[in-house]
Amino acid sequence: MRKFLLFVPFVLFLVLGVVLYLQLGKDTQYMPSALIGKLLPEFTLVSLQDDQVYTKDDLPKGPYLINFWGTWCPACHVEHPFLMELAESGVPIIGIDYKDQKAPAEQWLEQKGNPYQLVLMDELGNFGVDMGVTGAPETFVVDSSGVVVYRHQGVVNAENWPELKGYMK
Amino acid sequence: MMLLKGVALSVVMFLSVSTFAQEQMAFSSELNKIRYQSLVEELRCPKCQNQSLADSNSGIAVDLRELVHQLIEQGKTDQEVVDYMVARYGTFVLYRPQHSSATFLLWYGPFILLGLGILAFVCVIMANRKRRGRAL
Repeated sequence: MRKFLLFVPFVLFLVLGVVLYLQLGKDTQYMPSALIGKLLPEFTLVSLQDDQVYTKDDLPKGPYLINFWGTWCPACHVEHPFLMELAESGVPIIGIDYKDQKAPAEQWLEQKGNPYQLVLMDELGNFGVDMGVTGAPETFVVDSSGVVVYRHQGVVNAENWPELKGYMK
Repeated sequence: MMLLKGVALSVVMFLSVSTFAQEQMAFSSELNKIRYQSLVEELRCPKCQNQSLADSNSGIAVDLRELVHQLIEQGKTDQEVVDYMVARYGTFVLYRPQHSSATFLLWYGPFILLGLGILAFVCVIMANRKRRGRAL
């Protein structure tokens, strides 16, 4: 019995070692979204293309992507060609022009092409806050029952698209 | 006159320095201002890890500070403001974790360990005493 007790610190050390080892290499910047598994929040936003007011009910039946972007965002330039590819392959994308202005946004879509079914203006970033957005680009997957199932922070590209695609149901 | 200018200049500089870190905000009462200050120090900036909303100058921190200001002025309680943020950004934004089953060990783990330590200490003392008693 006494001999066994002597091994307790060693066992504790091993357990701690394994726990810490498993945490190694994890992305420390990763932050889970509070919205996963919840319905898309309500909103009232004006569209970039036709100046009409849109609400949640005007969005297509899922699954679709919601992509937060802005002309001020360098990574959005990088992401744009891949979004064009996705749009061409028939993936519905709703664009949220996040904390941006109308004129440069229109110019951007004219020059680079428009991958979005619909672009809504979130000039003050209020819808962004409701979605828990911390910057751009951010992309959410909304499934066919209107539930937010996945959030990707940063550029969507060919490498991470399969992960997002897996949630498009 | 020279002195007056100097004083005026230093006052202007002092004011501009004190408003640099955070934007000027109007509060309807001194209490609201104090509540705002303590809330932005207790809420974590979701973009820039390890900084509070008060410390950070990132775009989202500026927006969220303004939001906290608005919510307070709308008459929301501190708890309602915190709940509002948690609903959108998750418990990540809390510098003071909630008491829940997930944070049980975080809050009470140290006390449990302390209890175990005291228990072990007492056991060792008792065992030693018994042994000494036998030796005498």
